[in-house]
Amino acid sequence: MSVLVVGGGIAGIQASLDLAESGVKVYLVEKLPVIGGRMSQLDKTFPTNDCAMCILSPKLNEVARHENIEIINNADVVALEGSAGNFKVKIRKRPLYVDREKCTGCGVCATLCPVNAVDEYNEGMNFRSAIFLRYPQAVPKVFAIDKSKCIGCGICYNACVAKAVDYNQKEEIVELNVSSIILAPGGRLFDAKKRGEYGYGIYKNVITSIQFERLLSATGPFEGHVYRSDGKVPKRIAIIQCVGSRDEKTNPYCSSVCCTYATKHAILAKEHIPDVEVHIFAMDVRTFGKGFEEYANRAKKEYGVIYHKARVANIMEKKDGNLLIKYEKDGHSYEEEFDLVVLSIGFEANEELRKYSEIFGIDLNEFGFVLTDSFAPIETSKPGIFVAGVASEPRDIPESVAMASASAAKASEFATERSFAKKEEFPPERNVIGEAPRIGVFVCHCGVNIASTVDVVELAEFAKTLENVVFADHVLFACSADTQEKIKRAINDYELNRIVVAACTPRTHEPLFKRTLMEVGLNPYLFEFVNIREQCSWVHTDRARATEKAKALLSAGVAKAKLLEPLQFVEVEVVKKALIIGGGLAGMVSALELAKQGIESYIVEKESELGGNLRHIYYTIDGKNPQEFLKRLIKEVESNPKIKVFKSSVVESVEGFVGNYKSKIKTPNGVEEVRHGAVIVATGAREYKPKEFNYGHPKVITQVELEERIAKGEVPNSVLMIQCVGSRNEERPYCSRICCQVAIKNALKIKELNPDAEVFVLFRDMRTYGFLEKYYEKASKQGVVFVHYTPENPPKVNVNGEEVEVEFYDEILGENLIAKPELVVLSAATVPNEDNEITSKLLKVPLDANGFFLEAHPKLRPVDFSTEGIFLAGIAHSPRLIPETISLSLASVSRAMTLLSKDKLVMDANKAEVTKERCDACGICVKACPVNAIEIVEFKTRTGVELKASVKKAVCLGCGICSASCPKGAIVVKGFTFDQIKSAVDNLLEVVV
Amino acid sequence: MKIVTFACNWCSYAGADLAGVSRLKYPEDVRIVRVMCSGMVNPAWILRAFRQGADGVVITGCHPGDCHYMVGNYYAKKRYLLLKELMKFVGFEDERLKLLWASASEGKKFAEEMDSFKKLIEQLGEQKQLRWTP
Repeated sequence: MSVLVVGGGIAGIQASLDLAESGVKVYLVEKLPVIGGRMSQLDKTFPTNDCAMCILSPKLNEVARHENIEIINNADVVALEGSAGNFKVKIRKRPLYVDREKCTGCGVCATLCPVNAVDEYNEGMNFRSAIFLRYPQAVPKVFAIDKSKCIGCGICYNACVAKAVDYNQKEEIVELNVSSIILAPGGRLFDAKKRGEYGYGIYKNVITSIQFERLLSATGPFEGHVYRSDGKVPKRIAIIQCVGSRDEKTNPYCSSVCCTYATKHAILAKEHIPDVEVHIFAMDVRTFGKGFEEYANRAKKEYGVIYHKARVANIMEKKDGNLLIKYEKDGHSYEEEFDLVVLSIGFEANEELRKYSEIFGIDLNEFGFVLTDSFAPIETSKPGIFVAGVASEPRDIPESVAMASASAAKASEFATERSFAKKEEFPPERNVIGEAPRIGVFVCHCGVNIASTVDVVELAEFAKTLENVVFADHVLFACSADTQEKIKRAINDYELNRIVVAACTPRTHEPLFKRTLMEVGLNPYLFEFVNIREQCSWVHTDRARATEKAKALLSAGVAKAKLLEPLQFVEVEVVKKALIIGGGLAGMVSALELAKQGIESYIVEKESELGGNLRHIYYTIDGKNPQEFLKRLIKEVESNPKIKVFKSSVVESVEGFVGNYKSKIKTPNGVEEVRHGAVIVATGAREYKPKEFNYGHPKVITQVELEERIAKGEVPNSVLMIQCVGSRNEERPYCSRICCQVAIKNALKIKELNPDAEVFVLFRDMRTYGFLEKYYEKASKQGVVFVHYTPENPPKVNVNGEEVEVEFYDEILGENLIAKPELVVLSAATVPNEDNEITSKLLKVPLDANGFFLEAHPKLRPVDFSTEGIFLAGIAHSPRLIPETISLSLASVSRAMTLLSKDKLVMDANKAEVTKERCDACGICVKACPVNAIEIVEFKTRTGVELKASVKKAVCLGCGICSASCPKGAIVVKGFTFDQIKSAVDNLLEVVV
Repeated sequence: MKIVTFACNWCSYAGADLAGVSRLKYPEDVRIVRVMCSGMVNPAWILRAFRQGADGVVITGCHPGDCHYMVGNYYAKKRYLLLKELMKFVGFEDERLKLLWASASEGKKFAEEMDSFKKLIEQLGEQKQLRWTP
């Protein structure tokens, strides 16, 4: 059976890829003609300022190319019948007016189209044609006609060499049977016009954050230059937070992402315009995610970004287009002039959710987002339908990606059959070793894309003159089905054993040709791609010179092809078991989910009982009972035949690589050896024991201790809470994320049990992100007093015998106050486990600067380590709440299933290889390898034992850092060997006149 | 003029592709060799290119922190700096070797940098110092 994924943004993409990789057939429905979602519009991503397109585009191509994924673009779901395990879905495919099969994405039509339509991708800041591709890297790379803009002139129809334009295309209804559904339609951005006092849509130099994002982007309306409407470069930019968030009149919840993206915008503005001044106006700066607080600190210290704890009342436009901003700060009002204002607009529930709630029969919450449960954050109210990304709450990319993986895990519970591309489809491989190279060259016209600038006929003739070339031809479209047949015939007729195609970029089309080779029994690595479109015909105009360059490129390609060797995919058997380190919430959720997917696991828990931090949580902010939940989990784990729990145990050693690990577990009954294919690190974290504020005095306790007391029925009459104890300081620069929520939770509980109790909260920024904001509101309304403090002027806790008093500065009154509460409660940081370092060395995975585990990529691989086969779950990643912990744990299972669902892992063959005769075992490559794929091992020779470097093929990524480091040229990456590149370079230069 | 550009598969090669997709123009003298990572570029290839008559060589990779293999571009930078020193030491115009960080979205930057590098090389004239003549 298969899974339907609704929405082709980053969440839908990740869910589809995880499912497809674990052998589940996926239908990915996207309402637009192309996938990519909101992320495709982003310039950079926080907190690393990675280029968004650089990390997204490989995923897009992977989706396009995966045989288990079918993209149904320009389509919506219109009806649903059946129940979990057996849904019947009706999908309406709206016409693109371009034949998906025929269009090659060359784009000639768009350059000729006479229509100027507003470009939605660039947020209305420039124009596109009526026949268009949303953005250059889009997938599927098929142009579509916007019928509302098309004037029907017929120019594109006549210009299309592939005859792909079809004005008469009709709407189609597709019916599918799927076993489960993932909803990932994303969110909608707030319409800034609704906050009239900011003048968006009236004042020309008031723009939204997404428009600013497009301005910053190199593919944006001004190619990455930030200009105002009048072409002036702004020198003073104001960024206004909470536009359409935390606002009674529009959306009362917090949009979670805006504070960090505003920080990004400020940094990028500074990078684009070095002398610009950027001010951010925010009620609280909510940079709560992993690495976000450090990011905001950098913005302040390195870039001089100015943050105001203020709410902007209104904006007035001056004649010169500048803007006067009125704002309130510390009880006073101010006015300042800026030349550009950026409104940080928040997320709203997608308008389609209402429709989907009806079609799918799922419940929405009070804000119109998909309703979920804290202990089941991925499930909707209808069994078999899951949710990922912004559809259930505003969240950032890593959380959306984690949730997407988690939803893939849940959805695949219903997909009983898994299918993988079978190798038997291909005929047996012809042995070409020992044969002299017989090279076939195919030169592509790409319609007119290449042929109009490069003389392809001359190029094909030139190819025939090159050594070892026995066949050369030019074709209209190298990627078309008939050319593939032509290539196959030529291979057979001319006994070709190397193929060179001179066409477009290998980044999109190489897999197609490799497959063609395999279909006639030729090793796919005997193929070389020469890029004469993106890197020749499209960037040059002089026909003679472009043809000359194409010859050089082709000559280099042929020279490299001559030296290509057949390579075998690296295959590794998979032990279908997992080792889970840590038996807290994350470890248990992971084990249970693995069990549901039929995978056995070993949980290693250092304590004498399961549960971890969850043992100390007695109630949740939304009134749930975590202790009951915990009991249920423990019972399920301990009674599950697929889960073996080792308590009071530690992992002593882990040996092996992805798919094949052998580990020793030290248990109270001696050492046990287990074999497994993957590792999930779920070692958790703990509450900080404060050194500050006289902690240790009986009246100064932490939030966890307070919760314990309340649970026992000891409810205090007056409490003063201090936030950020041990967090956001020099020693621990990160934000502990959960403490604001815990403070509010405990404050509300005290108020519930003892309405007359006095509760004070001294805070720096209240970070009740997402829907937690409503509890902050509730606490304020119930009389909890919130007082802001700055790190420069922190509160003081004075001890006088049994009594404690707290001295703090009140900004509004402008004076120091003294409180004598019954209890001082410290919202202490969440700190990494002490033994993280040991685990990190054991598994050879890195820790971040704060001592938490460091994932492979902070944005798109939140639960992977860069070492394959090892995954990360729960708060060992970073501090987080129960639903987020569950989401991350399910995500780690989904990622692990991409391995554990297979009998054998098949990996790319471009791996490093050692020529033993040259190797002196100096170890330079061992140190250079970023993934520890190289080791020095003993080899027996006739004369005795010798030490040599050896590559663990299953671990190697083929980056080649080792090869350039080796002083003796003893290690090379296959497909990019020293001689292959050298030969290419030689030939690249020889033909130059 | 002949300029050899080693471009990493993940960022810079993609950036060069984007320059093409955006139909930006740069000189025909620039010829790109695709490598998996800038950290793979062997200094010997660079010297070989000069020996074969290249007038300029560019190593281009992901921005620091963006490397697909975490640290490859740092290796590229180290080798580049060392090679420059070596070139200076033997009296070779080290300006002929350039290191460029270009991301997959910086098609325009790629084209502009190629353009300005070509101009620089033109000023330096033909490279004869390392060119091998039989």
